[in-house]
Amino acid sequence: MSISSDLDRRFRDAAASLGLLDVGYDVVESPLGSLLVAASDRGLASISFDARPEEQLERLARIAGPRVLRSPSSVDEARRELDEYFEGRRQAFDLSLDLRALPPFTTSVLRELAKVPYGETTTYGALAARVGRPRASRAVGTVMNRNRIPIVLPCHRVVGSTGNLVGYAGGLDKKTALLRLEGALL
Amino acid sequence: MMDDVAIPPFERFYEEHRVEVLSLLRRRLGTERAEDAFQETFLRALQAYRRLEHGEHLRAWVLTIAKNVAVDTLRRTRPTAELVEAGAEDTMPEYEELAPLTDGLPRKERAAVVLRYGYDLSYDQIAAALGSSEDAARQAASTGVRRLRGRTTS
Repeated sequence: MSISSDLDRRFRDAAASLGLLDVGYDVVESPLGSLLVAASDRGLASISFDARPEEQLERLARIAGPRVLRSPSSVDEARRELDEYFEGRRQAFDLSLDLRALPPFTTSVLRELAKVPYGETTTYGALAARVGRPRASRAVGTVMNRNRIPIVLPCHRVVGSTGNLVGYAGGLDKKTALLRLEGALL
Repeated sequence: MMDDVAIPPFERFYEEHRVEVLSLLRRRLGTERAEDAFQETFLRALQAYRRLEHGEHLRAWVLTIAKNVAVDTLRRTRPTAELVEAGAEDTMPEYEELAPLTDGLPRKERAAVVLRYGYDLSYDQIAAALGSSEDAARQAASTGVRRLRGRTTS
């Protein structure tokens, strides 16, 4: 015996619409491969290039709480904006973000990062300077590496001082592809 | 603390127990009524999940909830079952009846209204489900109701 997909879907939708989830997630298809996208009642909480739930469920529970459930409706807004972005129809995201439990330095770096415009790049050092810690470019690199919400918080737009791409937690090929999409790379 | 079994993310818990819960409910209620009871069981589990202190005995726990839901369902439907055999749609769970009415409310208020007036939960339980204080739950339900009243009379 198994559960009909209709019954399963109805439960997942009800759980989300009753506000009973700490975080709801779904797999969103993109030109860069499957993304695991998760949102809480505060906003978008995570985008992961590793879309295997078995690798991500515990991590999401640590961020937001144990009531983690796959629920497509929880990420409808994020899915729509990501689709538009990948189709080249959107340059800025209007999603609220769940940045809870991050240290103040991380939060201020991410807020500055969010201001780096579509199609442009900046450097780790420049971002460090903008949060008033000009010598902290290495620490900024760590914040980029641990960015829970890549793409929407555009850590792909941060490159080395000589213009080399340096690194990307999702893989350098992803960083290249995102910068090409935005026209920042030929 | 280290000896406690960790509480699994709800998705894992749900995947592990859903088949057994549904078959228990089918045995007790029949295929049709088992579906609503299934939803109600896991929604109740979800409401209480945050208050769990460890991840032990979760199977027994969810089967207990399922049995309680089955008892409630039988109690609710038995007196009329023979009279309205064809009208089994009447067993729609309360939250679905309330859903169209509360659609426009902010998320928290909506949940508070539905849990209070649909499920008849106490503010203490609602607070646990919403992850807020009892006062905040009471406040959310009353603001939600006031908002609904405003909407229906204007």
